[in-house]
Amino acid sequence: MEKGTFEIKLGLSEMLKGGVIMDVVNAEHAQIAEEAGAVAVMALERIPADIRKAGGVSRMSDPALIQEIQEAVSIPVMAKCRIGHFVEAQILEEMKVDFIDESEVLTPADEVNHIDKLQFKIPFVCGCRDLAEALRRIGEGAALIRTKGEAGSGNIVEAVRHLRTVMGEIQRLTALRDDELMAVSKTMGAPYELVKKTAELGKLSVPNFAAGGVATPADAALMMQLGAESVFVGSGIFKSNDPKARARAIVQAVTHFNDPQVLLEVSTGLGEAMKGIEMKDLPEEQQLQHRGW
Amino acid sequence: MPQRIGVLALQGDFAKHQAMLRLLRIETVLVKKPKDLPGCEGLIIPGGESTTLTKLIQKCNMYDPIREFTEKHPIMGTCAGAIMVASRVDDQRIEPLQLIDISVTRNAYGRQIDSFVTHVDVPFLKGSERFKAVFIRAPEIRNVGSQVVVLMELNGNPIMVQERNVLALTFHPELTSDPRIHEYFIEHFFTAQALL
Repeated sequence: MEKGTFEIKLGLSEMLKGGVIMDVVNAEHAQIAEEAGAVAVMALERIPADIRKAGGVSRMSDPALIQEIQEAVSIPVMAKCRIGHFVEAQILEEMKVDFIDESEVLTPADEVNHIDKLQFKIPFVCGCRDLAEALRRIGEGAALIRTKGEAGSGNIVEAVRHLRTVMGEIQRLTALRDDELMAVSKTMGAPYELVKKTAELGKLSVPNFAAGGVATPADAALMMQLGAESVFVGSGIFKSNDPKARARAIVQAVTHFNDPQVLLEVSTGLGEAMKGIEMKDLPEEQQLQHRGW
Repeated sequence: MPQRIGVLALQGDFAKHQAMLRLLRIETVLVKKPKDLPGCEGLIIPGGESTTLTKLIQKCNMYDPIREFTEKHPIMGTCAGAIMVASRVDDQRIEPLQLIDISVTRNAYGRQIDSFVTHVDVPFLKGSERFKAVFIRAPEIRNVGSQVVVLMELNGNPIMVQERNVLALTFHPELTSDPRIHEYFIEHFFTAQALL
């Protein structure tokens, strides 16, 4: 019997497809998320919009909080560790979270190295802004990739940029001859084997989800139509004025992402979305997406 | 042999089932609404999250259409799909379709760290090699009714069962490149006799 292999990690990523993963900060939120139809929850002390406001160093959540959420729901529970902080990851594995997000939302612990994710038995998800970044994370053992977008901004523009970049770069790879891929791999700064595999498949070798700025059902459906296979929603749900209704609507929107009739129905009368931030009001040093490489 | 099989595409790894059916030269329909069912000769409910599937089947008003469809057509459920076709589930959050007389326990082996792959005998395919069974946060079949046939077992517990035209598996043949279980479904469930 095998456990903790890459194939088994990928298996869970596959099961999360066509779903919504919601950020939650307590057991009550977690139950609202599960009741709304979330495929998983991300347990954390503060949602990204509040992390942004609070400032200071943002770290892995208290295990007591994560445990409270694990006990409250039956769906997979994910938790975040800092980029490069493999000891936080060891603690999360010890408490049997189902997935670890090595996340730019927390303050990085290592500005050079990401975690060697192959050393762990539970799967990791990592963010990216372009294909090379995605392939580097897969090379380190990530079993799921998501866009970084701009967490806690309530603004979908960065996630769109990142997903379009990744999808466009994959498209271009598929048009190249095999003997051009080594040079491309060198320029991109991505592992040759993964460049080659991506060119052959015409898609990433692990599922490709969207995150960072989703605030409405239409935002979620937009990401799905652009090629994302599931959607993470961080601040968008619990920073809106009717989280239950919005959570349910976003779940529907992801399933029926190609059906404007359903999208119209679920977008109607949801109350106010989270306020959101214009990117020009967010100086580069305050943007979370530049953490990690 | 069927020409066209539907795959319930509300959430989960439906694309993996679709790929497997394509390999076997069967046309597929992604089923998201009741209107997608007519024209399908059978239905597969994929793996995913059974709480999510419950919500979406409710929202899409699919409970009665799927039950009516199953009166005349074969249906196969893998993992969360097996939970959805069961008669009884140990969790009130789930509203199963009650198509096969089995009781199911969710996440019976534990969390993701306890997910596993193991090779299992396939007695219903005589002389066949063992099947690589992938269990992801898998459920367990605890009780089976008298009309239910156990097709595969792991450590004495049923992991693949059949009652009339309904097939339920607690693992994921769609996550392997081995088409034998999908082939078995296609070859044995669509005959006039199987649908009686």
